[in-house]
Formats: sequence, structure tokens, C-alpha cells
Amino acid sequence: MSDIVLEIKNLTRRFGAFTAVDALTLSVNAGEVFGLLGSNGAGKTTTIKMLTTLLPPSAGEARVAGFSITTQAVGVRRAIGYVPQAVSVDGSLTGYENLLIFAKLYDLPHREQQARIAEALEFMNLTADAKRLVAEYSGGMVRRLEIAQSTLHRPKVLFLDEPTVGLDPIARDAVWKHLINMRANYGTTLFFTTHYLEEAESHCDRMAIMHLGKVAALGTSAKNSRLRLAAATH
Amino acid sequence: MTATFIHPLTGFIEKTFVITEFELRKLRHDFTELITRALQPALWLLIFGQVFARSGAMHTGNIPYLDFIAPGILAQSVLFVAIFYGINVIWERDLGIVQKFLASPTPRAALVLGKGLSAGIRSLSQMVIVYGLSLLLGVKLNWNPLALLNVLVIVILAATLFGTFSLIIACIVKTRERFMGVGQVLTMPLFFASNAIYPTTIMPGWLKTISHLNPLTYVVDALRTSMLAGSPSTFGPSLDYAVILLTTTILVFIGARLYPRLAS
Repeated sequence: MSDIVLEIKNLTRRFGAFTAVDALTLSVNAGEVFGLLGSNGAGKTTTIKMLTTLLPPSAGEARVAGFSITTQAVGVRRAIGYVPQAVSVDGSLTGYENLLIFAKLYDLPHREQQARIAEALEFMNLTADAKRLVAEYSGGMVRRLEIAQSTLHRPKVLFLDEPTVGLDPIARDAVWKHLINMRANYGTTLFFTTHYLEEAESHCDRMAIMHLGKVAALGTSAKNSRLRLAAATH
Repeated sequence: MTATFIHPLTGFIEKTFVITEFELRKLRHDFTELITRALQPALWLLIFGQVFARSGAMHTGNIPYLDFIAPGILAQSVLFVAIFYGINVIWERDLGIVQKFLASPTPRAALVLGKGLSAGIRSLSQMVIVYGLSLLLGVKLNWNPLALLNVLVIVILAATLFGTFSLIIACIVKTRERFMGVGQVLTMPLFFASNAIYPTTIMPGWLKTISHLNPLTYVVDALRTSMLAGSPSTFGPSLDYAVILLTTTILVFIGARLYPRLAS
């Protein structure tokens, strides 16, 4: 039995006459780093919103960690972490408080909460800034805190929507270093979107190129994908 | 992952308080807001109240006019503070905060009631302000501890009710500009079609009917009964409580259904 953690079948989302995601079919193995590459408007964010149960699909189905996104949404939500594209931590709370609220919302056992938070802060290199208001954090720190927040409950799959957009190269490298470490330590599957080809190329095990709501190419390396994309569009 | 079983109701109550707790933690950095919120009730009581008390135009039975409107102004200031509470959720939506909470297993109703309840606790400052002003103006207040507790509970419930209503508006309009517009359009009719600053007995028939459908009327009635010494309730405390609790429950239910719209 293969260890498929994410199985997408003919997933479709229409907004009126416009089809944002068009019969998407994909599967991702447990522990994989999977990148969804594409330009703006390709349907990447809509795909992530459906997989994280924020948007119901118009047609098709997906199973995340064995749970159906349409009929077992709460099961999916327990099994995933989600880092949206925009800032998703609260600037008027401290870094520590941002983690504490999620520890409570995900029902982490009370006696483990403090240790988990301390570990996550240490892991993301934020221990020294834990008591500061997040409004004072830099962009890179905010992203690392968001990743800490969405992985406190050790999700099986972590969805990241353009995780490094707007970060300088040093902050971008730091975020990736932490993500790769996390996969190594906890076996977390990473599913992320990006429009940077080199980012997908250097960090993914596999990637799909999305174009106009469809997978235009699927492959293990970017060069390979580009060849197939050329083939698919001609 | 933890596999401990948590009863849905326990989970709902726990999560509601978690949301409320962290909403209130944000207040620490927000003290100027408390001062500005004192202004409106002060204007209504010191200027409007005093002028109309002198004119003797309102027939409020055995109760002096200033005493009559003190609970009304408390209800009004709670309404005004709570009805704009939902704008925070639009801020959180423009960032990615709402989306992240919606992708968590937190029950939607707990997200809504938790925020509504925090609006409820925030508005306790209005109680302190209106009691202070009332003392200054010589309103005969009821200092019985049980009556005070009653006022406290009604203030929290009323602000929870209107705070939840405000969240519903936010879920529907989704932008700050439209939200402010709708909020402003709603507050004055709710206020004027209630017994806050005049008794329903002097209203024309049509307005009286509307006022009886307005939850604010029951909030004012409950506050007036507990806050003042010797003011009988028009509808009876049980009906007041029933209307307030039932309306809040319905609004939380609607809010929980609409809240996911913020993510799409």
C-alpha cells in the first residue's frame, strides 16, 4: 500500500461562468514536499482553499489524510496546518500568545502546551522575541511564527500559500531551512504554492505546474516539467 | 495528534472562552478607546437629558426624566459600541487571520459567540461610565448587590447580542466602507424605535409595534427595572431575559452559518 496523504480527483471550482480550478487530479505521498507552481490566476490559491475546507468544490473530491474535504471537514481540519498568503498572526498579541491560543483551539493536552510552545519557539528561532508584540516583528519572523502556529498540533499535511512572497533572500532561506527541518523531524508533508520556479526547483520532491486551472505539467524537476508544459500547450 | 474524546458541548463552551480570552488580551493596548467611548453617554445625559428634564415635555410617571433615561443611555451606549464590533473581523479577514481560524477544528459557533461575548465584556466600561454620570446627576440608583449583578449580566448579554449582530453584518458586507455605512444606518432606528429616551406609551401605534419587536426595548426595560430604585418592569424580567437570550441564540446560529463566507 502506498502512503498517499493527499488524493485529489477531478476537483473543480467555478465562480459563475469562470472555472478557476478545472478537474484537477493529483496525489501526494506522505512526507513529500510538493510544489504547485503557476502564475497569478492559475488557480493555486483556490485549490488550497478547497483542500483546507475553506471553499466547497463545485465538483470532484479530495481526501486529505484519509478524510473527505466535503463530508469530513472537521477531520481534515484536525489533520492539517494552514499558512495563508496574507499575514495570519495577530499583531496585537505577543508571539507566545499567538501560539497559546492555537494550542488551546487544537486541544493540545494541558500539561504539554507549554513544552510544545517552547519547542516551537526554539525551533523557529523566536524564543528571545516570544514576549514581544507581533506588530513589532519583521516579515521573516512573522512567517516563522505562522509556521510555528500551524504546526503546533503536528499536522500530517502543512499547506502553505506562497510562503516566501515578499521576503528578502536571507529570510526566505531561513523559512525554508525551518520547513525542511520540520519535515525531517516530524515527517510533515508540505504542500505549497509559489510562482518562483527556482524555489520549487530547489526545495520540492515533485511539482506540478498549474495553468488556467489545470495541471499543465507534473514532474520531479523543473526542466522536465517545462518540457512537458511545452508539449501540453502545443 | 491527540485522540482524547471531547464532548461537542464542552468543546464548544471551552473554545468560546478561549476566543473571548484572547480578544480581551488585545485590550491591554487599547486604553484610549475607553476614554473616547465615555463621550457619547456623557453628551446624552448631561445635555439632552438635562434639557428635556427641565422642559418637562416627557411624561415618565413617578420617575424623574433623568432617572428614566439613565438606563436607556446605558443601553444605547452598549448598542453603539457593540454594533461596530464586527469591523475587527473585516480587518482580520483582510489579513489572513479569519481564514486560519476557519481552517482549524474550532466550531464556527464558538468563533462567533466567543467574539460576541468579548464585545459583551468590553462594554462593561459603559456601565461604569453611566453609573458615574448618574451619580453626578443625582439619579436614584439601586445599590442592592443583586440588582447590580443583574445590570452587569444584562449589559454583557445585550452587547453580546448586538456584537453578534454586528459580526453577521460583517459576514454579509465584507468591506469596511459598506460596514460603516450599514452600521450607521442601523443604530439610530434601533435607538429611536425603543423605550430608551421616551416611554412606548407616548408612541404612535405603528412605532409602538416596531418597538415591541426591537430587542433593545427589552434590554432597556430590564436595565430600568434593576438600575433604578422603585421602577416596575413593563414586560416582566422573565420576558426581558427570554427575548434577549433567544435573540442571541438565533443570531449566533445565523452567524455560525455565515462566518465561513469570510474565507471565500
